[in-house]
Amino acid sequence: MSTIHGIGVSPGRIIGQVRRMADPIDAPQDPGAQELASPGYVEEATARLTEAGRAVAAGLRARAGQAHGAGAEVLSATALMATDSMLHKTAGKALAAGRGLEPAIWEAAETVAAMLTSLGGYMAERAADVLDVRSRLIAELRGVPAPGIPDSGSPFILLARDLAPADTATLDPAQVTALVTSEGGPQSHTAILARALGLPAIVAAVGAESIVEGTDIYVDGAAGTVCTCPGTEEQAAALAFAARGPLEVFNGHGTTADGHPVPLLANVGGGSDAVAAAAAGAEGVGLLRTEFCFLGRDAEPGHDEQVAAYGAVFVEFPGRKVVVRTLDAGADKPLPFLTDATEPNPALGVRGFRTSAGTPGVLARQLAAIAAAAAAHQAQVKVMAPMISTAQEATDFAALCAVAGLPDPGVMVEVPSAAVRAASVLRPVAFASIGTNDLTQYTLAADRQLAPLAALNDPWQPAVLELIRLTVAGAEAAGDSSAPLRPVGVCGEAAADPALAVVLVGLGVASLSMTARALAPVAAVLRTVTHAQAVSLAALAVEAEGPAQARAAVRAALPVLDELGL
Amino acid sequence: MAERTATIASRVGLHARPAAIFAEAAGELDLEVTIALPGEPADEAMDASSILSLMGLGAEHGTTVVLRAEGPGADAALDQLVGILETDHDAE
Repeated sequence: MSTIHGIGVSPGRIIGQVRRMADPIDAPQDPGAQELASPGYVEEATARLTEAGRAVAAGLRARAGQAHGAGAEVLSATALMATDSMLHKTAGKALAAGRGLEPAIWEAAETVAAMLTSLGGYMAERAADVLDVRSRLIAELRGVPAPGIPDSGSPFILLARDLAPADTATLDPAQVTALVTSEGGPQSHTAILARALGLPAIVAAVGAESIVEGTDIYVDGAAGTVCTCPGTEEQAAALAFAARGPLEVFNGHGTTADGHPVPLLANVGGGSDAVAAAAAGAEGVGLLRTEFCFLGRDAEPGHDEQVAAYGAVFVEFPGRKVVVRTLDAGADKPLPFLTDATEPNPALGVRGFRTSAGTPGVLARQLAAIAAAAAAHQAQVKVMAPMISTAQEATDFAALCAVAGLPDPGVMVEVPSAAVRAASVLRPVAFASIGTNDLTQYTLAADRQLAPLAALNDPWQPAVLELIRLTVAGAEAAGDSSAPLRPVGVCGEAAADPALAVVLVGLGVASLSMTARALAPVAAVLRTVTHAQAVSLAALAVEAEGPAQARAAVRAALPVLDELGL
Repeated sequence: MAERTATIASRVGLHARPAAIFAEAAGELDLEVTIALPGEPADEAMDASSILSLMGLGAEHGTTVVLRAEGPGADAALDQLVGILETDHDAE
């Protein structure tokens, strides 16, 4: 029996059959001169390419039929590309000029993709779809599985190097029972998706590439271990997990064992998320991501459209707090009308609040739309700006909010400078919300998506916990007669980890906002510890030598985690 | 040779969903329909059923394009395609 260790990012114990995400297609070589010169090669190649195009288009259309919304639209458009006359004619010319079939289609797609890239904006983004079609055509010609999530008749554990945002759109949670990736970090798309879907998941599992397709493996998403030959002990653990009672539904009152209230809020990305969050008992919305209104667009959405989109969330939380984060474009969320896709280092570039200096009207118009939507609903709407680094930026944002008639603005603390100087950064505003994903990436100077840096990119890093402690201390120091309290919340993935949630409360964090699915487990664990115990566990974590020691020390003091299979 | 001009009504221009809807409709016809910008020679016009060609045309909201087709039913087919181009698909 062999055990592979990775980083557990979503709890659960399960045994299942492994299906591997197919490897990417490599650039093909020309066949030998003899084959190329054989009579009828060009005719036969053209016919095979036409046939492959039809098969790929049919496959994509079938997937479009199972997807929904924007995902289905992209798949339908991609299906058209597989049989597109421009692509096939370009390949035909290369064939006639003496190239082999695979290099001909490979280079034709390259030419078309370059043409789209040169047009910029929305077209440039479609270049990736052309290259995806190319991989599918060549996989079809070779008779190998197409890249991407495999189709299987029965549920399976998905093994991949890492998942891209595009893969997560087509992942069917009824088919995939757990995720194991050899790359990716705790803040990668894989981890975020797994937590949102409640799938056990392990990332950065070095050695997972060697797992044999089709074999049964055991995954423990809390411990971060994969066992390639599950025995009776693992079978018992998986059975016990499957048979565990459902977690008590969250009753809508987050609190410690001794009654210290900790409002548990939801992170939502639009109206349908808000419906699910309200049903899960969320005490409000701690993070409304407004990108859903803007992404995939060539131009800024109009006032009425924005008012309707925000209103669809506000209507679900009458009388409750809804914190709206203003547009967070840039880095991994580029927008053609706001951000510069050619920045050499986008995570350190013009993103979040920084985009408002170069393109000032967008933020003012968004704030006006939020104010209009707030006026039409009963929710207690608050706004906060992402990527605030200095007190001046906080002052500027507060002034914009005052113009829009939005009281009590807040800032996100994601940049270490804002945490270190929290007292002065928070003075112009009324609250702060810590985005632990970006705070971790910037504190450790480690790209969230890079697998080799997964160990650095861990919100349990004591340096990150120390900055959270500093932010809370700064918020207290910023208090004055007008506003004695400036509450500090956390809305990053850290809040969804029940053990880390206890540490955050112990550090003085006033509210926690998370994916709706995490509300019940976080509430259940929080209810077992007193505030004083949380404070001492937080001290233990901050003083630990590293993230593994911090996690182990806190988990050891919280046996409830094991009892609940978390 | 039947010929029509049409003005792109979709706010995002002839890309994304509007292009897919149009290319699909053109591909379902038994005729070869071409699309070009006004003033371009007819023999350099592009295949209207090619979504990649449509995207490469760079037609924005308000751009005029010329559709051409030959053969039985060409007039009716072009009228139908003009209807698609002159609908704002983003408003649905």
